[in-house]
Amino acid sequence: MWIELQDIHKHYGPVKANNGINLKVVPGCIHGILGENGAGKSTLMKILSGFSHKTSGTILIDGKAVNYLNPAQASELGIGMLYQDPLDFPLLTVLDNFMLGQIKRISGHRLAYRHKLLELAESIHFSLHPDTWVKILTIGERQQLEILRLLALGIQMLILDEPTTGISSAQKETLFRALKKLAQEGKSIILVSHKLEDVEALCEKVTVLRQGVVTGEMHHPFETNRLLEMMFGSPPKSLSRCAETPGKEVLAMNRVSGSGGRTGLKDCSVVIRQGEVVGLAGLEGSGQGVFLRIAGGIQRLTAGSIHLIGRTMTKQDHHYFQRLGVAFMPASRLEEGLITGLSITEHIALREKQKPFVVKWQRTQRLAGKRIKKFRVKGLPDSLVDELSGGNQQRLLLSFLPPDPVLLLLENPTRGLDMESVIWVWQHLYAYCRNRTSIVFSSSELDEILMVADRVLVFFNGRIIKDVESSQTDVHELGKAIAGKV
Amino acid sequence: MSNPPKQMFMNWEKQSLEKCKRYQKVDPMENYVRQSQHLLMTIFAVFLFTSLVLLIAGAPPFAAYFHIFKGSLGSWNKFAHVIKAWIPLTLCGCGLLFTFRIGLWNIGVEGQVMMGAVFTTALLRFGVDSCQAVVFLSVSLLAGMIGGAVWAIIAGFLKAKGGVNEIFAGLGLNFVGQGIILWLIFGPWRRPGVASMSGTETFPIKLWLPHLASMRLSPIALTIVIISLILTGLLLKYTRIGLNLKAIGNNPNAAFLYGLKPGRFMILAMLFAGGFAGLAGGLQVSGVYHRLIPAISSNYGYLSLLVVMLSNYNIWLVPLVAFFFACLNVGSIQLPMVLQLDSSLSGVIQGALVLATLGMHSWRKRWLQNMRPNA
Repeated sequence: MWIELQDIHKHYGPVKANNGINLKVVPGCIHGILGENGAGKSTLMKILSGFSHKTSGTILIDGKAVNYLNPAQASELGIGMLYQDPLDFPLLTVLDNFMLGQIKRISGHRLAYRHKLLELAESIHFSLHPDTWVKILTIGERQQLEILRLLALGIQMLILDEPTTGISSAQKETLFRALKKLAQEGKSIILVSHKLEDVEALCEKVTVLRQGVVTGEMHHPFETNRLLEMMFGSPPKSLSRCAETPGKEVLAMNRVSGSGGRTGLKDCSVVIRQGEVVGLAGLEGSGQGVFLRIAGGIQRLTAGSIHLIGRTMTKQDHHYFQRLGVAFMPASRLEEGLITGLSITEHIALREKQKPFVVKWQRTQRLAGKRIKKFRVKGLPDSLVDELSGGNQQRLLLSFLPPDPVLLLLENPTRGLDMESVIWVWQHLYAYCRNRTSIVFSSSELDEILMVADRVLVFFNGRIIKDVESSQTDVHELGKAIAGKV
Repeated sequence: MSNPPKQMFMNWEKQSLEKCKRYQKVDPMENYVRQSQHLLMTIFAVFLFTSLVLLIAGAPPFAAYFHIFKGSLGSWNKFAHVIKAWIPLTLCGCGLLFTFRIGLWNIGVEGQVMMGAVFTTALLRFGVDSCQAVVFLSVSLLAGMIGGAVWAIIAGFLKAKGGVNEIFAGLGLNFVGQGIILWLIFGPWRRPGVASMSGTETFPIKLWLPHLASMRLSPIALTIVIISLILTGLLLKYTRIGLNLKAIGNNPNAAFLYGLKPGRFMILAMLFAGGFAGLAGGLQVSGVYHRLIPAISSNYGYLSLLVVMLSNYNIWLVPLVAFFFACLNVGSIQLPMVLQLDSSLSGVIQGALVLATLGMHSWRKRWLQNMRPNA
């Protein structure tokens, strides 16, 4: 399928998310769209998939101008998109999800769809059981399901928005192999990403966006430096690491177990010291989330004991942990981190240390303005947090961290941020550990963990199977540990 | 666009600053104008819809509207009746603003009005033979607030500690409240000689809330409503209570991580709602009926739910909408007499209002969403 976008504009009030974009996608080719957060990639793809409407411009399919209004019409034309967060129904089975949107008559023939599902999965080497509940699948598996569903709809053009975020490296390989196969079959594939390595591994051609305009195109083989220049204007600075000797014991866990996640947490004993930066590695849902939640008192433990600066905290709740200087930042921004419908100013007022009965709105608004500036959040004090883009929400969350914590627990603190922002975030966080704060964070990016952490804990199946100084190890060793081989 | 070049960033900041200034100055007024526009459009849609219903029923719509108008605002006496209905509607509305803010559907507001009336009656009964009527009157209103609050806290506690849906708990408590009133009227508090649906024995005049003789309207009740409105507005807008309720209502999980205790604030919101509803019930007893009657709450609780929804949870629209509803209620009493229509027409109009509002509201929301930037 030949697709051509001509002079696409998308304006949100004064913000020009797309400002005159031209793009050509040819069949049988994996086309990468590269750009940092907020460059306009997602906006462009949402327009292409019918999810949102363009302000102006033309979309040509096989040379003909088309105008569709919603994803259903787009999929009739053969365009399908895999969103960053899979759009599925966790309470249904794989087969039910697969059948959704396909059945045109009142009832579908389940057996036929079952065969179709298995056949399709077989052809691109996905292994999914039709009768599993979607809620127990990993993000990677849910992604596979969504791809199969789109293929069954007869999609000729597949758009993937940051598909490698939050999936394991094995799943990534499977996905890449499948995408190459689909491209060979003559389908057009667009891969949206801010990860250079993904684009380099997969794409034949790449278009780089910056601030809503196309800054360049390049064919395989790519010159990394040129791509970086197109993405950022200038190459990003690297990170200067703080070298602190670990001090006194801050957090001690003694044979702690807990439930939740896919695997729970089993028999975990660990000590975190002052000024330490500890990275938690492992496949998503291998116990890192439960670990952080137990360490913050958000979740109760089922066995063992936990101590904070010498106090036994086993039965205390999160608010008591907070008072002792523990701060927790959740991964799900809009579910737990921020309050939709509230403005930035209102969030600041909620997080203020002094809580006077009468809220001083003018003062808080000025404070919000300062924070916005300091944390480079793109928004106004009165902006609702749900109006901010993902990266900006993340930066806002970081700005809520208390000024002098004892222990920071961060769940995927740089999820969805581009390299430049990641470095900026860590520079900010390092200022904390210079004041003897300990930081424990989880991340799906091994490179990030190796770059910023002093110590790495690898989780496998709910257990810590490796506890190592980051200077004593490398990607390969950690990768093996993540897969369960020590 | 997390890292724009400096120039663009500075432009953005400049724009932000200008916008901030503008927001600070004009925003409340602009907001009010926009909400009023929304309200006017809704009312227009409602009139279209109800006219259609009236035409189907075979009645001339404009004559019907005219009679409703005349029946509610046609004379000072009728206007006084409208205000009498407006008082409990607005008071309940004030309370409901607290519970809606935290995302609770306090449908038990009806029962809270009833219990307020019961508590007030109980206290006033002690005052029948006393010469310190003023003391009894004021304490009885306080008792009414406590009565409503107690009834609300039961539902709030069940919700916060037991996870019982506040709608079911509230609805159940409404029936219990009605049962208690009937039991009191026909049992312990029955009139000497004959128990009847017309209620308990009327209190002596010294225990009536003082009112203007010509209009049978109590200035004290009016003052109480206005104070309640201002208090509610201030509490919700300028204090931590209002902010916390909003935060918990929008995302209890995040609010918990921010250090708030959602359960506690749910109970607090219910306390406010019950207090205001109980006060409304107390005023019905001491200011309107001067006794306890079976229909003491007159469905004003339920109606006030609609009032608050129609005003889009905006406190300054609550008194306006409540007034409109009160006019409909009082004015439609005329309809059976002059147009041989059933007075339940006012119910149809009120129902249509809510439907049209919800329709307009979702339409507006979609419109706003289309305007909104995203990632």
